[in-house]
Amino acid sequence: MGNKQTIFTDEQLDAYQVRHLQLHGRYHELAPHLVPMDYTKDPDCKLPLALIVNMPELKENPFRNRIVESFSEDGMGNLSFNEFVDMFSVLSEMAPRELKAIYAFKIYDFNVDNYLCKEDLEKTLNKLTKEELTPEEVELVCQKAIEEADLDGDNKLSFADFENMITRAPDFLR
Amino acid sequence: MEALKEQVEEKKKVIATLRNQPWRMKRRLVVLKEAQEFVERFEGALGKGRGRKLYAFKVMMAKKLIKFKRDFENFKTACIPWERKIKDVESHFGSSVASYFIFLRWMYGLNLVLFGLMFGLVMLPEILMGLPYGSIPRKTVPREEQPTAMDYSVLFEFGGYCKYSFLFYGYYDHERTIGLLQFRLPLSYLLVGVGIFGYSLMVVIRTMARNANEGGDGAEEGDFTFSWKMFTSWDYLIGNPETADNKYASITTSFKESIVDEQENQKDENIHLRRFLRVLANFMIISCLGGSGYLIYFVVKRSQEFAKSENANLSWFEKNEVEFVMSLLGLVCPPLFETIAELEDYHPRIALKWQLGRIFALFLGNLYTFLFALFDEVNAKLESEKSIKNSTEWIYNQYHANYSSFFNTTDVSIILYTVVEFVKLIVSDIQVTYLTILIGDFVRAVTVRFLNYCWCWDLEAGFPSYGEFDISGNVLGLIFNQGMIWMGAFYAPGLVGLNVLRLLTSMYYQCWAVMCCNVPHERVFKASRSNNFYMGLLLLVLFLSLLPVVYTIMTLSPSFDCGPFSGQEKMYDVVMETIEQDLPAFIGNIFTYATNPGLIMPAVLLMVLALYYLNALSKGYQQANLDLKRKMQMARDEEKNRRNNKDSTNQVMKDLEDLLPNKSLAPPPIEEDKSPKTKPGAARKGVNLQKDVSLAAPNPRAPVTRAPGPRRGPPGNARGPQPGPGRGRGRGGPPRQ
Repeated sequence: MGNKQTIFTDEQLDAYQVRHLQLHGRYHELAPHLVPMDYTKDPDCKLPLALIVNMPELKENPFRNRIVESFSEDGMGNLSFNEFVDMFSVLSEMAPRELKAIYAFKIYDFNVDNYLCKEDLEKTLNKLTKEELTPEEVELVCQKAIEEADLDGDNKLSFADFENMITRAPDFLR
Repeated sequence: MEALKEQVEEKKKVIATLRNQPWRMKRRLVVLKEAQEFVERFEGALGKGRGRKLYAFKVMMAKKLIKFKRDFENFKTACIPWERKIKDVESHFGSSVASYFIFLRWMYGLNLVLFGLMFGLVMLPEILMGLPYGSIPRKTVPREEQPTAMDYSVLFEFGGYCKYSFLFYGYYDHERTIGLLQFRLPLSYLLVGVGIFGYSLMVVIRTMARNANEGGDGAEEGDFTFSWKMFTSWDYLIGNPETADNKYASITTSFKESIVDEQENQKDENIHLRRFLRVLANFMIISCLGGSGYLIYFVVKRSQEFAKSENANLSWFEKNEVEFVMSLLGLVCPPLFETIAELEDYHPRIALKWQLGRIFALFLGNLYTFLFALFDEVNAKLESEKSIKNSTEWIYNQYHANYSSFFNTTDVSIILYTVVEFVKLIVSDIQVTYLTILIGDFVRAVTVRFLNYCWCWDLEAGFPSYGEFDISGNVLGLIFNQGMIWMGAFYAPGLVGLNVLRLLTSMYYQCWAVMCCNVPHERVFKASRSNNFYMGLLLLVLFLSLLPVVYTIMTLSPSFDCGPFSGQEKMYDVVMETIEQDLPAFIGNIFTYATNPGLIMPAVLLMVLALYYLNALSKGYQQANLDLKRKMQMARDEEKNRRNNKDSTNQVMKDLEDLLPNKSLAPPPIEEDKSPKTKPGAARKGVNLQKDVSLAAPNPRAPVTRAPGPRRGPPGNARGPQPGPGRGRGRGGPPRQ
């Protein structure tokens, strides 16, 4: 049904401060048989990656797998409801810039080593252009990107480099 | 009590900033609960209570506002016509091809306004309130022409009923006022004619000024070009697969554009060979231009000789020779210029500008040669008309005009003749453009596609392959078309309506043609962010087309029986008449004073001085901008070098260091604390302590690589001894994982 009283307690709603019920509705419809309607007891259920990346908001996004993986605790992309809410709150337009920068860095870091190395950049580029560029062009672009943003000279981008570069970008917020 | 208050404040702050923390949801919830309990327990004690509800309300209002703003922006964007089409083209062909369509759309808007003015203030009153067709001689097809007046071929040449309709200047009556409302048609005609130019001028200059603010000549600015492209170009709000496809294409194109720019920067040069080739190319092009001008003059003179001979024996080709030759030149010369321009080896954006300039010179030369040749003819006619005018036989001819000779224009004003020729030229130009697209692109594409199956060499890869969209040719065609419309609008009010139709069909036709038959350029390059180059050309053309019209208004006296000014000595007499008769006396006095040369000369002088002053001011600002940019660049370089622990590359700094006394007494670098930010390698190297005296302010976010210890600054440096590792406290905190 959807009666407020039976899904969350009032305190829980207050605590979340987001459009909680709608999100729960979305979460629920991804896997109706798995997701309980009653969250008052904080049940522990996770949805697999494959279900989440099929949501219309994420379906066309080239980085959908990485996005879901970076919000999941186990790193494999299985999201509990809390993590689900987390993901949408960061992606929303109310999220502050610094927060988005942090998560953006995590998303682009394919091998999860806390640095954006050349392979990470190459993967990002290929996902963005659907591999339309020739290898030489890919090489050139990654080289230039590292040249531009790398401030400590280690040929990869640490978080400070990334943040320094991204906060100056005019249209980062989307 | 105070301590408690402080704690409550702190907890409140934690609650407020909870969203900003990149923690897991669980952790956030725990912290939130704790903080809220604390606040609740003690807030009651302190006497406040409604904070939370108010906060929630404020958040909701903020969200609603943002959503409303977003919706409104979306609505505004959806109202722009053809936006989707143009974005499609842009994503596949790049911003330079799309800039042509944006320009086309802008022109359409301009013409729509001009048409509105012309139609509402001139054509409509004449049709509604003026004398109907057939009532006076100028509105009637002469008896001889009547049998053929409805023939398609005659209509096509703008003869017959067309010539005697409201489309042309000759139809309009010269009565001072018409209809119930006493609408002053001749005055309105003149003012609208002039107003068209005024409005166009204002709009073009306003657009140029607006574009100038956005600055940039298309060359990449900014320091993080590639990085930004890589990390911020995807639009996370896309949910539609087709839009996503377009977005992928546009991102790829955008990368390719930047790559082209980058490669240009890295090219090597052999200056002398280049210069020689460029001079050679320019020489060849100038000779082409001269040749084409001469050809046109020759053809126009020849057509007049044809006309003097028997009318009926002229073949179609000979009758339309002039238009044919002009169109042919317009078709053949631009590709020729492009081939010659390959000798010059410029960056594609600069090559485009040169190409535009050359084609512009070509069209201009052609048009003016054409006009001069025609004017020659008109002057000859004027002489002959003046001699006939005084004889009574002329009045007789008005009713029994004989069209024995193609140039018997005694009952059709000479200006009308010129205008009809002009309109024919414009129409044939339009037809040629459409035909070119059809044949040059569509038929070519179809042939290549289907013949490829049974041809010996690969048609798609080699010759002729698919065509690329010819930006320069199309843009200039558009600009010149507009110039001709401006020239003709005063004498043929229907021309503006014709142009509106033409632009509308052009938009759809060319969008379809480009998506269907063209391939993207081999080297996709980024258009200038502003369309100022096109606007500048348009402005020039506007002035050039203003000249003939103003000339005729001021000097030629209108024909006796044709047009709204007939009967006056000069056309602007209408205005004088109105001022004298309709407006109160003192306004007449004001105008007399205002047109006194003694007043006008100082006014002109003042304007020139103001121009000079503003120019100097803007130059000053540009210089200041450059200085600031340079400073920022230097600051960034210094920062980079400091982080890399290298010597400052700034020669001045190096010299300064050399001058310092006791350089050898610098303390050996001490190992710094390991901070999670630094890599193991960097910590070992010594830091050049002198770097701190650089011109830039120290970056508070630098990682802790500084050796502690006493430092000597250069004389005059107010900075004290270097603080110890504690300085690193506030910077580069632990990675937030």
